[in-house]
Amino acid sequence: MSDTILRLDDVHTDIAQYQILRGVNLKVPEGGVYVLLGRNGAGKTTTLRTVMGLWRARKGAIVFRHHDITAMHTADIARLGVAYVPENMGIFGGLTVAENMRLASHSGVFDPDRLERIFTLFPAVKTFWDKPAWALSGGQKQMLAISRAIIEPRELILIDEPTKGLAPAIIRAMIDAFSEIARDCTILLVEQNFQFASSLGTGVSVIEDGHIVHSGSMASLVDDAGLQTRLLSLSLDAHQ
Amino acid sequence: MALPAKPADWFDRIGGVNALPVLLMIIALPLVGSTSTWVTLTVAGLAMGMMIFLMASGLSLVFGLMDVLNFGHSAFISFGAFIGASVLAALAAWVGADSAILNFLALFAAIGAATTFGLIAGLFFERVIIKPVYGDHLRQILITIGALIVSEQIVLAIWGGNPVAVPRPAILDGSWIIGDIAIEIYRIFAFFLGLAVFIALKLVLNRTRLGLLIRAGVENREMVEALGFKIERVFVLVFMVGSALAAMGGAMWGGYQGLITGALGGEVMILVFIVVIIGGLGSIEGSLLGALLVGLLGNYVAFIFPKLSLASNMLLMMAILLWRPWGLRPALKR
Amino acid sequence: MTDSELISAPASDPVRKGRMVVYAIALVIALALAFAPFLFQDVRSGQVAARICIFIVLAASYDLLIGYTGIVSFAHTMFFGMGAYGAAIALKNSGAHWSSVIAGGGLGVLCAAVLAVLIGILSLRVKAIFFAMVTLAAASVMLVLVSQFSDFTGGEDGIVYSSPNLFKPATKLLLGDDGKVLKIMGVSMDGKIAAYYFVFLSCLVLYWFLARIVRSPLGTVLEAIRENEMRAEAIGYRVVAYRTAVFMIAAIVAALAGVVWAVWLKYTGPESTLSFAIMIDILLMVVIGGMGTMVGAVIGATLMSIAQFFLKDLMEAAAGATSFLPLVPNLLNPDRWLLWLGILFILLVYFFPAGIAGTLMKKGAHK
Repeated sequence: MSDTILRLDDVHTDIAQYQILRGVNLKVPEGGVYVLLGRNGAGKTTTLRTVMGLWRARKGAIVFRHHDITAMHTADIARLGVAYVPENMGIFGGLTVAENMRLASHSGVFDPDRLERIFTLFPAVKTFWDKPAWALSGGQKQMLAISRAIIEPRELILIDEPTKGLAPAIIRAMIDAFSEIARDCTILLVEQNFQFASSLGTGVSVIEDGHIVHSGSMASLVDDAGLQTRLLSLSLDAHQ
Repeated sequence: MALPAKPADWFDRIGGVNALPVLLMIIALPLVGSTSTWVTLTVAGLAMGMMIFLMASGLSLVFGLMDVLNFGHSAFISFGAFIGASVLAALAAWVGADSAILNFLALFAAIGAATTFGLIAGLFFERVIIKPVYGDHLRQILITIGALIVSEQIVLAIWGGNPVAVPRPAILDGSWIIGDIAIEIYRIFAFFLGLAVFIALKLVLNRTRLGLLIRAGVENREMVEALGFKIERVFVLVFMVGSALAAMGGAMWGGYQGLITGALGGEVMILVFIVVIIGGLGSIEGSLLGALLVGLLGNYVAFIFPKLSLASNMLLMMAILLWRPWGLRPALKR
Repeated sequence: MTDSELISAPASDPVRKGRMVVYAIALVIALALAFAPFLFQDVRSGQVAARICIFIVLAASYDLLIGYTGIVSFAHTMFFGMGAYGAAIALKNSGAHWSSVIAGGGLGVLCAAVLAVLIGILSLRVKAIFFAMVTLAAASVMLVLVSQFSDFTGGEDGIVYSSPNLFKPATKLLLGDDGKVLKIMGVSMDGKIAAYYFVFLSCLVLYWFLARIVRSPLGTVLEAIRENEMRAEAIGYRVVAYRTAVFMIAAIVAALAGVVWAVWLKYTGPESTLSFAIMIDILLMVVIGGMGTMVGAVIGATLMSIAQFFLKDLMEAAAGATSFLPLVPNLLNPDRWLLWLGILFILLVYFFPAGIAGTLMKKGAHK
């Protein structure tokens, strides 16, 4: 097995007076797409935000490679090579597509090879390069958000429900893009859409009520209908 | 954010909200009656608007970026006015000299001193007063009010409660007479200073990486951090510049009034708030638009219905809030 | 400490003790105010006592806004002034009758309520922080209007008038056996004492009304909104409507206090009702006393009013003692007392945001 790139040990996160994460233990192996499944309110987004330092863990430790990032500043975590694509995509609507991209590159200067690769993956980014980002469609915004995440070399990309509200054709394009991106970095993908998740993921964890209730390979979860029903029955209906 | 409802087509065609100051000027012409008076009022309104813009732009940016409503902003205005006045008084020989160079040196020394004070005091203010209460609106408002009380009292303790006269550099004193139209030179200067600051701000915001960070930060602070930038460093800078602009505006305003008291900051602050509300928080274009409207309307109404001058701005604010609750040109918010 | 501990912990002894202390202080203040004419017989103390009564109501109604609803308004003195001017103008123009108080004061209160609803609807729907600015702008416009329409309002000088006959010093409230005014414990039962108890009882009723509101279902809704606006909205509370309603209630109470104040003072002017100095006073009273506690208003208003009198004397002495130093006497000048209060205020907001009552009761008024 490959090395662990991200490890969460007994992470607890509270939001106001509510305990959202109640001891999350998670090991994300290096390379490929690792999927975190769970239904609404289970703590998926909170897990990603806690990793990114946008919310603080009250207890527990988060280790990225050999860095303890539990109490690290969000910006420093990003500089270590972690990118975050939030559920709302975090596009700056008042900026142009180009400005969104320029902001994401740390020096403000693009690596031409990377840019070319992004243009191949997502032609829309090139087409709308000088357009204001608010004018993009939902799918194009998602593509821009992901392009922003990979304009710098990253080791880990956290992506929160990228398929939400997207048309099936765009979702298929996303699957290709993600497989391509995952060739040289790790993606931790939060999803409710099991079909999408299962076509990409190698490993999978299921979160329920602030705990990880299952971890294993995606293949074994796909094969085991009983396990699926037990773990995911509640979350699947919405998307199928 | 959903943009406000679509206004009538003709309104868009003439430039939408950007045309409002021009529309206001056109409407005022027949009401004022005499063209020469109208020109004088319009110049006064534009000059006043630009000075208010100086003070409002900083407040608006600070609010947009940091979500901090700084009631202490008016303290920078007061200090700017008094420091400017003190420097001009100290340089009385230059101020009164028959040399444009010395006049301008004195003026720039005054404005420079006020602005520098704004920068330094802004740094102190952000670090000591505001930083501990980020994210807590109620305590922010309370603590900046506390700071406002203290600084107003310090102004009173240093400069006393009596009005202080602000000497005006000889070259800016007096008017240009064109036909039967008289235009105060100081107003022209104020207008162009404000315009220069506006252009400089626009350039920084649109052409530099710092500007990119600020514009992005106004929209979505969290995402800027997730992309790897420490927004607090930008905060401090913006706060310092905002405070410096307030002090600069205060110094200009003091020269415009000629006689200043400790209440100056508070009085102007009302206009600044109105400007920021009607302009829309977080955008300097909005601040400029709001400031020009308030300046022009204030001057026209002061001439036509003298008693309603300040109330007119209030009514303007109410009307605009009804029409566009977010102001005329708010920054896009996530 | 974990959440379950927080939730299940019974009110521990220090907390209960703190509560007892707070309520004991409030009770002492209430009793002192109830018997003020007998306890403090000089004119100045009578003024202070009446002022404390009025400001307790003002501070408590402001607490309803800031402490229970989390909205900051600068228009509280504006509403206070509208009630006062309503009564004052009527008393001046249609004579010193109760009908003038009721008609003029009633009109003032009505205007205050209507204006509050207008402001609330206009600005509360956007963002709570707008509200602070809009109310500030409204209040300053009112101040300017009052000084400009001087035919009506007396301008900067204000209005002097008589109060209804009952409150005239010559009124004999109770007669002794000898046909003269009865004296109880050396205090004449004349119009002056009637006026004081008019103030005291009116304020008691208004305060009781406010205390009832925060304990009513409305109070619960307000706290839910304050804690989490979005969540409250999601549950289905119409946040804007509730906030506007509360703003209106606070405005009405402030205006009623203004009517009482006008009748007591027999003078109404910008300095006594509308000025920002008073607005700041109210704000300080609420924060010092303790936001979101109601009883904090009692403590804050009393403390501030007393301090205002004694701190000034103290500073005068200090300024005299340091007159040989540069600038220091300037800072210690009694007129600069707000400087020190401002510093105190900042420290308080940093370290004891719950105020006196809140800190004693160990009940975080607001995070």
